[in-house]
Amino acid sequence: MAEVITVEGLSFAYPDGQQALADVSLSIGQGESVAIIGPNGAGKSTLLLHLNGILRSNGAVRVLGRTVEDKSLRWVRSRVGLVFQDPDDQLFSPTVFDDVAFGPINMGYSENEVRQAVTRALDWVGMKGYELRSGHHLSLGEKKRVALATVLSMSPEILVLDEPTSNLDPGAKWSLISLLKGLPVTKVVVSHDLELVGALCHRVIVFDGGRVITDGAAGDILNDRRLLSAHGLAPKV
Amino acid sequence: MKHGFLDKYSDRDSLIHRLDPRTKLITSLLLITAVVLTPPDRWPAYTLYLVILAVLLILSRVPVFYVLKRSLVIMPFVLMIAIFIPFFKEGEVAGSYNIWLWQLSVSHSGLQVLVNILIKAWLSIISLILLTATTRLADLLKGLERLRMPKVIVMLMSFMYRYIFVLVDEAMRLKQARDSRSFGGKRLWRIRTLGNMIGSLFIRSYERGERVYAAMVARGFDGRSRTLNPLHFRPADAYFGLSLSLILVFSSVINLL
Repeated sequence: MAEVITVEGLSFAYPDGQQALADVSLSIGQGESVAIIGPNGAGKSTLLLHLNGILRSNGAVRVLGRTVEDKSLRWVRSRVGLVFQDPDDQLFSPTVFDDVAFGPINMGYSENEVRQAVTRALDWVGMKGYELRSGHHLSLGEKKRVALATVLSMSPEILVLDEPTSNLDPGAKWSLISLLKGLPVTKVVVSHDLELVGALCHRVIVFDGGRVITDGAAGDILNDRRLLSAHGLAPKV
Repeated sequence: MKHGFLDKYSDRDSLIHRLDPRTKLITSLLLITAVVLTPPDRWPAYTLYLVILAVLLILSRVPVFYVLKRSLVIMPFVLMIAIFIPFFKEGEVAGSYNIWLWQLSVSHSGLQVLVNILIKAWLSIISLILLTATTRLADLLKGLERLRMPKVIVMLMSFMYRYIFVLVDEAMRLKQARDSRSFGGKRLWRIRTLGNMIGSLFIRSYERGERVYAAMVARGFDGRSRTLNPLHFRPADAYFGLSLSLILVFSSVINLL
């Protein structure tokens, strides 16, 4: 299996001195669905921000064989689509169309290509016909779908999702999960939602204190109550 | 939470709605310039402006009551600035009052200036309401951008419009959280709480700004704003723009004579 993301010895500290990541190494293969789970403040979101170069440190991240550095940023960002947790952060344009078109326009697509990419992405997430609506008048479930479309419109090979199901009602959550399952791309999901992880991912990485604790098949890890409760993912036994 | 729209009625359809936003921006600006530059005693000119606005209003099918109600919003601001003019302007005295040690006198010319300022402000705000009620804000911003308004300012306005509701929601949540734990208390204490709320609102907006920027950067933003251009001038724009400009030029020539 070809490796699409390789992280080797990644360490990162925030300017206030807090060590968020300490010597993290992991690799993700083509077409995998990997979940990164761990308690609040474990450094999961910091890790995600490294995957498309928003945070960068000591050149420890490689995407499709290329090191993430200033020269490759533009290319990396078109390959790795990052969906943020709060769709209100992701949808900043006056209309849904503008939001979904933002990535393709920045990637230098022609006007025709941009329109096609937007139509295809909105179709994929089931939000066709919402082009001229404004982002803040949508329901949270709709916002999450459009946020996904804003990234899909760049046809990324790797989809990185931060808490895709947080605050959704069960109906919206399961319809989002089945939508994600149908997307033929490599997926990296950060979540506390073990139902989502069980339904979507076959591999799970447990993350705590800025380190990888274990990395294994979803079935094994999700059934290991002691491991989960030791890292704040299940009630204490 | 439910909010009013700034550009309510802008999704209706009418002759005015279909015009290119650039046409509407330029003609509104022309009309306002004409209103502002008209000397105070030219009543026929003001009547003409009012008739123009009334005709546009009827053509646009925006409810008249809505426009009138919104136009009152500007009055407190204008009054706050202009209310003192009659007292300071020199001229024939219309009335004089003794209040304790002071003597206040109101001049005729001062009152005239005050009334004139109110009329100018009211006509200008009506034309702006007409502009925003018939143009979707997204289109208005595109129009501004195509008219060479600096892109940074267009982006700022677009973010302001997008996030003002998010911020209002956050402020409401803060207020509810305070009210549910607050049982009166001294005034100083309440003012301090309010100060803390404003501070925490500021920090939240600042952090949201950082997250939004990260979301932009993640989709290839590099500081340059790029947009598609969906705007097209049509013959109607030329007719509308030309005829309105002609009327305005005509009226100002008559004013000068």
